[in-house]
Parts: sequence; C-alpha cells; structure tokens
Amino acid sequence: MNQTQQILFDEPGPRARRRIRIATVLGAVILVGAVVAAVYQFASHGELAAARWEPFTTWPIWRYLLNGLWATVRAAAATAVLSAALGLLLALGRLSAHRPLRWLAGAYVEIFRTVPTLLLIYVTLFALPQYGMNFPLFWKLVVPLVVSNSAAFAEIFRAGILALDRGQTEAGLAVGLRRGQVMALVVLPQALLQLTPSLVSQLVGLLKDTSLGFVVSYTELLYSGQVLSSYTHLLIQTFLVVALIYLVVNASLSKFARVLQARNGRFTGRRGRRSADLPPSLTEGNIR
Amino acid sequence: MDALTAHLSELGHGLVTTVELTVVTTVGAMLLGIIVATLRIAPVPLLRAIGTAYVEVFQNLPLLALLVLFVFALPTIGITFPLFTSAAIVIAVYEGAYLAEAIRAGINTVGVGQAEAARAIGLTFGQSLRHVILPQGLRAVIQPIGNICIALLMNTSLAAAVGVVELTQAANTVNLIEAQPLAVFTGAGLAYMLLALIIGQVTGLLERRLAIVR
Repeated sequence: MNQTQQILFDEPGPRARRRIRIATVLGAVILVGAVVAAVYQFASHGELAAARWEPFTTWPIWRYLLNGLWATVRAAAATAVLSAALGLLLALGRLSAHRPLRWLAGAYVEIFRTVPTLLLIYVTLFALPQYGMNFPLFWKLVVPLVVSNSAAFAEIFRAGILALDRGQTEAGLAVGLRRGQVMALVVLPQALLQLTPSLVSQLVGLLKDTSLGFVVSYTELLYSGQVLSSYTHLLIQTFLVVALIYLVVNASLSKFARVLQARNGRFTGRRGRRSADLPPSLTEGNIR
Repeated sequence: MDALTAHLSELGHGLVTTVELTVVTTVGAMLLGIIVATLRIAPVPLLRAIGTAYVEVFQNLPLLALLVLFVFALPTIGITFPLFTSAAIVIAVYEGAYLAEAIRAGINTVGVGQAEAARAIGLTFGQSLRHVILPQGLRAVIQPIGNICIALLMNTSLAAAVGVVELTQAANTVNLIEAQPLAVFTGAGLAYMLLALIIGQVTGLLERRLAIVR
C-alpha cells in the first residue's frame, strides 16, 4: 500500500472490509463477463479454431516477426542516438547567451513540438523527392522521427538543466571555469544522471513512433504484421501477436525507467527529490 | 499559394474533421482518465489492478497498432463501427491512459490533511473524492493535461493512416493533385500550430483562473 492510498482511506474496519469484498466480487464478475463476451465473439466467428493460432507456434512465422522487431529496434536506435544528440544541441542553443541562437533553437522546438510526425513523414515521402531529396526507405522513416523527437528531447534536457541548483553553476564560475566548461563538467553530468528515467521513457515513445513505418512500407514490426496477415489471412491473430510483442518490449523499457527512477532517488538523495519538482509530463513518462 | 486557395474546401473539411476528432476524443479521454485514476486509488485491490493494467497496456502499445487492430482486424469478429467513430474510440482509450496518470499525479499533490479532514467529517471514499480531492487534484495539473491535449491533437493525424480524411490526409490528397508540397504542407503545419496555440492559451487561461496557490 503506497502513499496515495494512505492519504485517501484508513485501514479498513469490518464494514469497510465487507464493502471491499462486495466490490471485489462485482469487479470480478464484470471482468469475467467481458472475457467471456470476447471469447464468445471470437468463437462465433470461428477465430478460435486451433488452425488459426497454430501457425504462431512455428519458427518461420516467428522468424519473420522477429526480423520485423529487429528492424524496429534498428530504426529506434538510429532515431534515439540522432535525436538525443540534436536535442542536446537544441537545448544548449535555447539556453545560450547569444540571442539569434536562442531564437533559432526556440523556433525549431516550438514548431516541431506541434506538427504531427505523420505530416513530416508525408513531407519526406511526397514533398522532398520533388526537391531532389529522395532518401532510402530506412531514412524516410528515421529522418522525420528525428526531426520531431529531437524537439521532445530538447525540452527534456532543458528542463533538467534548469532544474539543477544555480549554485552549481556559480561554484563552477567561482573556481575559474569558463561557461562552456561549467556546462560540460558540472551541469550536464548531473542533469543527465537525474534525467535518465525521463530519457528512457522517451525511448518508449520513440519505439512506438517507429510503427509509422507502416505508412512508409518500411518492414518494421507493424508493417511486417500487415505483410504477414495479407499472406496468411490470419488478420486478428497476427495483429494481436504484434501488439503483444510491442507490449512486452515497451513494458520492459518502462519498468527499467522506474527502476532507474527509484535508484536515482536512493543514491542521490537530494537530487532524487528534486526530480519530483519536474513537471509530471517529464517524470511520468512520455506524453505521446 | 494557388494550391491552397483552389482546394480550400477540402482542406477546410479536413481541418473541421481534425477539430471534431480532437474535441470528441478529449472529452472521452478525460472521462476515461478520471475513471481509471479513481480505479487506481480505490481501496479495492482488484480495481487497483484493473486500473494499473489499463495504464500499462495502453501506454506501451503504439497508437497506430491499436488503430490498425481496431479498424482492420476487429471486423473479422463482427465488431464494426463507422470509421470516424472507430478512430475516436481508439484515440480516446489510448490518451485516457496518459490523462489517468496526469490526474493521479494531481491527486498526489493534494495534502494528506485535506483527505483526513474529509474523512473526519464523515464523507465516504466517493464523496471525499468528488467534493475534496478531485477538484483540487485536477486544478493542480491543468498544464500537463494541456500538454496531453496537444499530443492528442497531433495523434489525431494517425487516423489518416487508417483512412480518416482529416487535415493531414486532406493536405496529402491536395498535394498529390497539385504537386505543390511547400504551400500545402506548410499550410497544414501552420494550422496544427495554430490549434496547438489555442489549446495552450486555453490551458494557460484556465490555470490562471483556477490554480490554487499553496
């Protein structure tokens, strides 16, 4: 029982325990009812036949889906590295002492935070080729993802840098470091440590974004599912399995972010507490 | 520019669809978010588990995978809705998970004393939630909720990938006819930025009017 629950209700007495039991039974009945309705719906359309699920116990099908997953991971990794690097530069630009730099970085972030990624994908698919920029398939997915994710990364970095105690910068300047050195040696290492959980959560969002490969026909996991289902005609089974794979991979990443968060709180004490001051959208995972 | 003015009605229809989709799903997702956040803090362990599972599942699945599953695969077991309705349901269910987490963060900001006082004057769990905790908790997280609404606006564009003709799709169609990508896509991008700006202004206004200074 965590803190929230202690706030909202006392240790239940006999009457409350009875009510809890009743609510549990009611909840269980509704849950079982929903499962039964779903199974009935599947069964009445013949989708539960063993023959329609059996292919998913065979290696060739899994090899194909795992290839899709590997393509997803490759696209996500490329996007993560490039957009984190670009995001860091943009964050530094937004915090820079030079006004034009601040303005440019600010405009970039504000624009690409509010333009849908799919629109950017359509631009790379249908607009850029007319101007002689025809990327290979992989980059048609990765470039738009980098453009939009770098804006998100920039905001995470900026929040982390701003959340760090001003005294850290002042102390750095006082011992004679230049501004750039203070940033590289004092501020960034601490901000990054504190931001690791937010950055890992952003990875989940980014991995989900790679499903837009569906639109550009890049054979990542979702598009692989599409190809597979049009070949086997096992539509709902394939997409359920694909969803399950996404769920397992992303839930593991989310879990990892929570472990990091708990560990940051334990090892860095004061700093861990400060990460609680960041807006929830940054600490509570990706907003997309 | 000619491409924009010549196809104003298509683009206008797309814009209207985007706005409709955004409004309908925001309302739906908000209701779902409040329900799920309530489940997650309920005194009943089973309800808490259901709330947690909901958030965990829908925050970790790509929206596009959900849209594809719902629009293309569910008809094979006889579940069909009009396209717009399908897209609205899926996006609301997906964003509901994020709103639930934001609302839960808001509930966490409400002082322990508030809840204790509510119990002390004899309010039940539901009453203290409705009259004391939620009104304060929601007001504490107006800004994050606004951010989620902007993300929701951007996510409505994914409905294009399953065939809803909203702004992104309309822009794409017009571009395929006119081959004037610069004007068409810039126009659509500006429209999205304008809508996001409006959401930002409204949440800013709400926050100034409603935020509780502690």
